Amino acid sequence: MTRSTRFTNNTPPRGGRGILALEVDGDGAHPAAWRVTGRDPAEVLTGPRTVRVVQDAEIAGFHAVTFDDGRLAPTHGPAARLDAVQRAAHAAPATRAIGLVPVVDAVYTEPFHVATQLASLDYVSSGRAGWIVSARGLAKEGSAVGRDALPEAELGGEAADVVAANRRLWDTWEDDAVIRDRCTGRYIDRDKVHYADVQAKRFSVKGPSIIPRPLQGQLPVWAPTQFLDRSGVGDGLRLDAVHGADAVLVSAADPEALLSAATARSAGGLDADTVVAELTVVLDARGQSGAARWAELEAWEAATGGPALFAGTATELTDYLAELFTVAGGVRIHPAVLDVDAAELGHLVLPELRRAGLLAPVGPGRTFRQTLGLARPASRFATA
Amino acid sequence: MSDHNASTTPSRPRHQLQFGVFFQGVNSSTVWNVPEAGSQTDFESFRRLAQTAEQGLFAAFFLGEGLRLREHLGHLHDLDVVGRPDAQTMLAALAQVTTKIGLVATQNTTYNDPADLAHRLHSLDLISGGRAAWNIVTTDNAWTGANFRRGGYLDHADRYTHAEAFVRTAKRIWASWGAKAIAADGTAPQWLDTDGIEPVHHEGQHYTVDYTSRLPRSPQGRPVLFQAGDSPTGRDFAARQADVIFSAHNALDDALAFRRDITERTVRAGRPAGAVKIMPGTEFVLAPTVREAQEKLEWVRSHQVGPQQAIAYLEQFWGRPLDGVDPEGPLPEIAPAVDETDVTRGSGFQGAKAAELTGAWRREAAEKGQNILQFVRERSSRGAARTFSGSYAEVADRLAEYARLGAVDGFNITPWLIPSGLDDIVNHLVPALQDRGVYPTEYAGDTLREHLGLDWPEGEGSDAGAADGTGDSCAAIGTRAAHRDHDTGRPALPATT
Repeated sequence: MTRSTRFTNNTPPRGGRGILALEVDGDGAHPAAWRVTGRDPAEVLTGPRTVRVVQDAEIAGFHAVTFDDGRLAPTHGPAARLDAVQRAAHAAPATRAIGLVPVVDAVYTEPFHVATQLASLDYVSSGRAGWIVSARGLAKEGSAVGRDALPEAELGGEAADVVAANRRLWDTWEDDAVIRDRCTGRYIDRDKVHYADVQAKRFSVKGPSIIPRPLQGQLPVWAPTQFLDRSGVGDGLRLDAVHGADAVLVSAADPEALLSAATARSAGGLDADTVVAELTVVLDARGQSGAARWAELEAWEAATGGPALFAGTATELTDYLAELFTVAGGVRIHPAVLDVDAAELGHLVLPELRRAGLLAPVGPGRTFRQTLGLARPASRFATA
Repeated sequence: MSDHNASTTPSRPRHQLQFGVFFQGVNSSTVWNVPEAGSQTDFESFRRLAQTAEQGLFAAFFLGEGLRLREHLGHLHDLDVVGRPDAQTMLAALAQVTTKIGLVATQNTTYNDPADLAHRLHSLDLISGGRAAWNIVTTDNAWTGANFRRGGYLDHADRYTHAEAFVRTAKRIWASWGAKAIAADGTAPQWLDTDGIEPVHHEGQHYTVDYTSRLPRSPQGRPVLFQAGDSPTGRDFAARQADVIFSAHNALDDALAFRRDITERTVRAGRPAGAVKIMPGTEFVLAPTVREAQEKLEWVRSHQVGPQQAIAYLEQFWGRPLDGVDPEGPLPEIAPAVDETDVTRGSGFQGAKAAELTGAWRREAAEKGQNILQFVRERSSRGAARTFSGSYAEVADRLAEYARLGAVDGFNITPWLIPSGLDDIVNHLVPALQDRGVYPTEYAGDTLREHLGLDWPEGEGSDAGAADGTGDSCAAIGTRAAHRDHDTGRPALPATT
């Protein structure tokens, strides 16, 4: 990759076409999914399995995969998972087009480490990294690292501070900071590498970043709505390409409510492209209806919480997504059983949506920002 | 559990050498100002180097850790390679494009949390099928701490006490899960049988850890532990806790003395004499003939340290700008502006007594008739002992002597060119060593532990560091998870070993 192509920015707008992300954690969204795969339950903790599900998603035409993670073992279903950034990095060399979006905690991590890890993911994936911010602040998470619980009311503020610190660190190296100038003996132009000097409520970071600017300049950042600055007084994240999130993850109790919630955001004057709707999907497959498959899983163990559940045929889901895309630029699909539902989506749903012109283009050579229709921003420190 | 040892340590000639490669990413060892010098951040550079190393049957691929960009006289240091990726993120990606080579992440015990770092290393060990290692380093300065939540909280004197508590905690976390913890199939009562999985609790001066491991044992038991500290405290720490020492002692006499010292300390720590392997850091400058190698060495040195780098090197010890000083002239007569050098150019520069040092250097350079460039080129390569330069055959003969005497277990090589800097080593030196019977002709197994001939880690589940008495506590999963041996939980080894 040469310097001239790396930093070109010819991002076409998405033109209202949608983004589909597939959540690939474990064996699927339902806590009993591991019981119906017929595979060794421990296989989810291996490199080959990690790669295969991402390759399958890429072949199916998904724009991104997301890797759920948490600082405590899940209490339902597979009670172990590999580190999300590592899973994304491991899949990177085996894929060429798909966005790789790990979930990374903001509270009990070091902002400096998170910024370096995510920037490194961007390098190993040739610019296909993203970040879903999580922040739970639980006492049990804190006690693992000798820290206290963080009250729910303060999670948004802390997430906002950590995202802002990451974004600032990513800008500390201007794009043309590495000069390799033989005559003066300088490897970098030190006037183009800057201290971050972050002073947040609970931490400070001097900087600069240890790694040059990510290939995308800034990684796309998605965050759940509950971390948003509700009161407008700076107690949470803002939708802000320089300091905050690029899109919010919107959840609701059921598909109808999800449509309403996304519609409400759009009606509030926000660009639909800043909304990513969260949807659990169980499709008719293997001669069973989606509802029957869900009931079978529930007989093992009841799913609690989780995004809105869509149970139905591929055609019904295609119609629903077409409607959802009018108010939400992206949908993050949580397949009830990863192997089964992702395959049905790939065979029956994505081709229909693509034929109808409802999906944004995706393919090798695009950064994740380009797939999302986001321009590549200049560093905030760049003077030229 | 001698059957573990028997099966993880295939029969091999004594004193075979193992190679590692250290992608440095900092300092003046890497030549960057020639057309064939590749990117220091693009994945392609790392992939190329790791795959070349694997073709040469290298045991390990090393990455350093950077936590603060180096400074020079109050500004960012701009004359050396700088800017590198997170070690574990890069190694997780390299695990996808390699199948055998060990993947070593340098990570420090001061600006990582034990439970968090243990989990990520554990994850890397699983995703790579048992090829991960941790090169343990300790950092204590507040200058680095300025990038972290805790700031600079640790006294220099406490760094090993803290590191040791950290490592013991990590070992307990890695050994937490018992055999058969994960369901064998979908009909099991639950995915994980939590019986016997104990929370790890540690209460130290600086950390309280209350954590339950989230992962099963890896195919190699746990990540291999490397350590590089050279002080008496550092050596004792390694003798108690480490599997491999990444040493600075590679001149033959020095290496033999270091081996004796480490063997004594290891035995004193209650471990078998050969439990701690030794791999000194080194550089190779090789060519078909001795004469060509000499010319190449001069070329390499002139490109590692140019006039600006030479002056900057002195400035660090003088503590002041040396504008106008001729790099082809004698060392400057002016007095240093500092008593002691600081850490901002990296730990290699820390704590030198400036007045004594600069005086001694002036005398040394004058005696040798060296100008500044010549003097610094010799100094910054840390003398000829760090570098093996010569014809392939000659260097192979020298290395065979190391193997014959058992002075080292291998070498950790810093290539002076990225990404092609291992090509001549793999194409010419490795076959020459194989001809002499002192280098492997195939990988000993699939895990780093097997490559290095290390025993399966026993009895690390308890705080005492002694046998935990729980018997078969070795659960593991691997890329061939379907072939797990459910009696021991360890992956079944290929029949050929």
